[in-house]
Amino acid sequence: MQVPAPFEYERATSVDHAIGLLERLGGSARLVAGGHSLLPMMKLRLANFEYLIDINDLRDELGYLDVRTDEIRIGALTRHRELLESDELAAAFPIFRDAEKVIADPVVRNWGTLGGSLCQADPSEDLSAVCTTLDGRCVIRGQSGERVVPMTEFHRGPYETAVGDDEILIEIRFPVRPRGGSAFEKVERRAGDWAVVSAGAAVWLLDDGRIADARVGLAAVGPNTTALPEISAALTGREPSEELYDEAGRLAAQGCRPESDMRGSEEYKRHLAGELTKRALRRSVERARERG
Amino acid sequence: MTTVGDRKPAGFEDNDQHPVGHGRMLRKEDPRFVRGRGNYVDDVQLPGMLHLAILRAPVAHARLVSIDTTAAEAHPKVKAVVTGATLETLNLAWMPTLSNDVQAVLVTDKVRFQGQEVAFVVAEDRYAARDALELIDVEYDVLDPVIDVRRALEDAAPVIRDDLEGKTDNHCFDWETGDAAATEAVFAKADVVVSQDIVYPRVHPAPMETCGAVADFDPVEGRLTLWSTTQAPHAHRTLYAIVAGLPEHKIRVISPDIGGGFGNKVPIYPGYVCAVVGSIVTGKPVKWMEDRSENLVSTGFARDYVMRGEIAATRDGRILGIRTHVLADHGAFNGTAAPVKYPAGFFGVFTGSYDLEAAYCHMTAVYTNKAPGGVAYACSFRITEAVYLVERIVDCLAAELAMDPVELRLKNFIKPEQFPYTTKTGWVYDSGNYEPTMRKAMDLAGYEDLRREQAEKRARGELMGIGVSFFTEAVGAGPRKHMDILGLGMADGCELRVHPTGKAVVRLSVQSQGQGHETTFAQIVGEELGIPPADVDVVHGDTDNTPFGLGTYGSRSTPVSGGAAALVARKVRDKARIVASGMLEVSADDLVWDKGSFHVAGDPSTAVTIQDIAMRAHGAGDLPEGYEGALEAQITYNPPNLTYPHGAYICVVDVDPGTAQVKVRRFVAVDDCGTRINPMIIEGQIHGGLTDGVGMALMEIVAFDEDGNCLGGSLMDYLLPTAMEVPDWETGFTVTPSPHHPIGAKGVGESATVGSPPAIVNAVVDALAPFGVRHADMPLTPSRVWDAMRGQARPPI
Repeated sequence: MQVPAPFEYERATSVDHAIGLLERLGGSARLVAGGHSLLPMMKLRLANFEYLIDINDLRDELGYLDVRTDEIRIGALTRHRELLESDELAAAFPIFRDAEKVIADPVVRNWGTLGGSLCQADPSEDLSAVCTTLDGRCVIRGQSGERVVPMTEFHRGPYETAVGDDEILIEIRFPVRPRGGSAFEKVERRAGDWAVVSAGAAVWLLDDGRIADARVGLAAVGPNTTALPEISAALTGREPSEELYDEAGRLAAQGCRPESDMRGSEEYKRHLAGELTKRALRRSVERARERG
Repeated sequence: MTTVGDRKPAGFEDNDQHPVGHGRMLRKEDPRFVRGRGNYVDDVQLPGMLHLAILRAPVAHARLVSIDTTAAEAHPKVKAVVTGATLETLNLAWMPTLSNDVQAVLVTDKVRFQGQEVAFVVAEDRYAARDALELIDVEYDVLDPVIDVRRALEDAAPVIRDDLEGKTDNHCFDWETGDAAATEAVFAKADVVVSQDIVYPRVHPAPMETCGAVADFDPVEGRLTLWSTTQAPHAHRTLYAIVAGLPEHKIRVISPDIGGGFGNKVPIYPGYVCAVVGSIVTGKPVKWMEDRSENLVSTGFARDYVMRGEIAATRDGRILGIRTHVLADHGAFNGTAAPVKYPAGFFGVFTGSYDLEAAYCHMTAVYTNKAPGGVAYACSFRITEAVYLVERIVDCLAAELAMDPVELRLKNFIKPEQFPYTTKTGWVYDSGNYEPTMRKAMDLAGYEDLRREQAEKRARGELMGIGVSFFTEAVGAGPRKHMDILGLGMADGCELRVHPTGKAVVRLSVQSQGQGHETTFAQIVGEELGIPPADVDVVHGDTDNTPFGLGTYGSRSTPVSGGAAALVARKVRDKARIVASGMLEVSADDLVWDKGSFHVAGDPSTAVTIQDIAMRAHGAGDLPEGYEGALEAQITYNPPNLTYPHGAYICVVDVDPGTAQVKVRRFVAVDDCGTRINPMIIEGQIHGGLTDGVGMALMEIVAFDEDGNCLGGSLMDYLLPTAMEVPDWETGFTVTPSPHHPIGAKGVGESATVGSPPAIVNAVVDALAPFGVRHADMPLTPSRVWDAMRGQARPPI
């Protein structure tokens, strides 16, 4: 059994209570929700925090899925399992269910949270790629109030986010637009492993079937999950076709920055970025068309 | 005589048939495990027990400059801090390995692999012990490491084992088998010669329970009780006596419930010795349980053979000879756990299941700056490597000859009438009947239909592969005259006592790590005495309560101790016959045995049961002249030969042409392990071994970077397969009994681990045939398969 270094532990009774504790304890404290990344790191003594503030009691304030016609708001304490099982979410953004089926395993999904996934800021994390793909907006609260940060600015580097030492990520918002479809593709060496590469795609079609907007988000091919605006630019206004997906795949392969490691060579990961981008776009368009 | 059968996937309803003897029944030990009542080493709690943690080296090769333990000793909960220097004063800094090498218990001079034991702390709890490790200040003078096995013998390579007198290189041993000249001759006359470089990468057993011990030294009695995760409690006790100088009768080794072994728990690890020293210096019981990373980076690995295989054949597919050169990476110390006369284990069976004219192997083993070990992980003493080599090279030959791989195998099998068959490397295969086993597998798989489906898919650009392997294993070491571990002969004892009411207790020298011994051995005794297995208690894993023997590994429990259990039961039955003759007042020769009772020949109504006899044997009534009473016997079984199970495996894979991901779609395994004692347990062993095979073929490798950092130090980095990666296993069987085993049984625990990797790799290579691929090394991760598709297959090391 691996054992962590000594730390103090307190259960927060409200978001304001948690923020107060963070303000007092500063960088020596960390929030814990699912704990499936944080606790192993502490047990391996790769991370040592003097204080853990447990926010699992804040379900009322932070655990919700609020589906509106023009926007979906998801509380940061919403568990993977809830994202996987929500039919409303799957109807609006099938990419969530695609991704949640291949994130970790049921035990992790029962505990792990959306906010935890984003704040861990692991470059290989699938849900971050989903949020990048869907152009999520991250609501961060501190003593002085709330601010909203787009996903493109949320991750500042591997394991670094825009959330300050005395702030909490409380909610992620996703705009809902008509005639949309989305999908997620992942290659892993084994079920539950981090992605070798994963790719999310979302498209919105015009009435004439052309692409109104398209977005692609990639995981495990750069210091953070990667949004590729050049793909959006290349696809907008175009008729969906295999050639177009190939072009997007080429852009994805060129635009990403993978490194060789035990999961695969840089070359293979570039190839996958292209291949998975194509597959995700193809499926997104099919889904957008099915929805009419 | 061979019989043939299969088992369709079904529910569990037919798994509890309450047999009297052999047959399908649920495991007697399982209620305790599924209800959380198992008792593992980490469950052992003793009054006043302290906890031990080990400081491990962060680098692979470094001279130890200094250790400062002052701050750790000042920790309020710390009771002792011990370094190599302390152990030197006790003459315990080095210990013998199972291969007549030595290994440092704690570093005294030089770190030789990352994760090596440097010092230990004993403290009041596990947390304090771990915290105190960070207070130990060690200064290292870092040296260049030897990581690439191919460069270990270069003149410029740093000498790792400068502790060995006069050592000037990293050479560990050379070994050869077979006839070099005769093999050269058949290669010279062959129409076709195919050669292939093949790597079997370093993998790790990774048992669910890591290694650990609780040592309790009683300074008044001078008695040591050691609970430890060991597959061989008796052998360990003797070695502790030799190493520590403690009298053997004052040492008790207890191996309680064990959470998987796979060979990982055969060696004596420094941690066990540290626990003993910790208890001696503190006067308290001391527990040491390694964590997952410690298990992965420092305990016995497996494989790590860099092989060149060559095969010679006639144009029409008659295999003439096989030759191989092997470079073996043994890590920093030769910790191989194998019979001492077999430094390469039983790799000599690399001639496989084929009738050859000649064979030859030359092996060079070297030291590197990696964890020690060499034989572990369900490998039957290196038969895993041997079978992988031969089954891969035979497939390469089939590709060269444009012959179906099954047809090539069928053409070259040793024929049933040739058994007992002496191979060109001197192994005497006891029995076998290969063709029915191969045919059974082909029937179950629908081999011809699969080939048709493959042809259709290839025409559409889809990548489907069909892989075949056929293996013969050599399991159940001894006999003792050929096989010993540090002088201890590989034979096993067994004691059987029938209580007055006819219930029995059988005491074994082998120890279960999950194999189901408490059921299987009760069934063996039940079969021989005609009593229900539920009436037979199995005692094992405690040197004070069991007879001497060498333990469980190399699939030897049923071949050796199973033989002992059957023979001891027959001995008891012979005694029962004497008692019965007194009860029925006839000559013992006039009695007929009818599974559970004796009756007078020709008069079944006179029957007395084993239970009746047991009561009489312990009762006040008269017993036949010379019979002292009680109903019990003891025996040591020295097997006359190994047993040679075989099997035919067929694997079907689909490879995604876009991502290069391999999906194992089907797997058919037909095993022949001779007499089947409990088919359910056999199937369980097969399922586990096949899953192991998927892991090794597709994802497992203990890799190192150029500095010697282990890249597989957690289960997020060292991948083990899950239910998601494996298909529904399709199993069948044939039964060709061992002619020399008392009940005709052969070992089966490692068959599937041995046989499955080549089937899977052969299937992937077959799927990639349209790309001209003839070989690709494990692990076949998507990235490595993609390389192969592009003609850039690389060895993994």
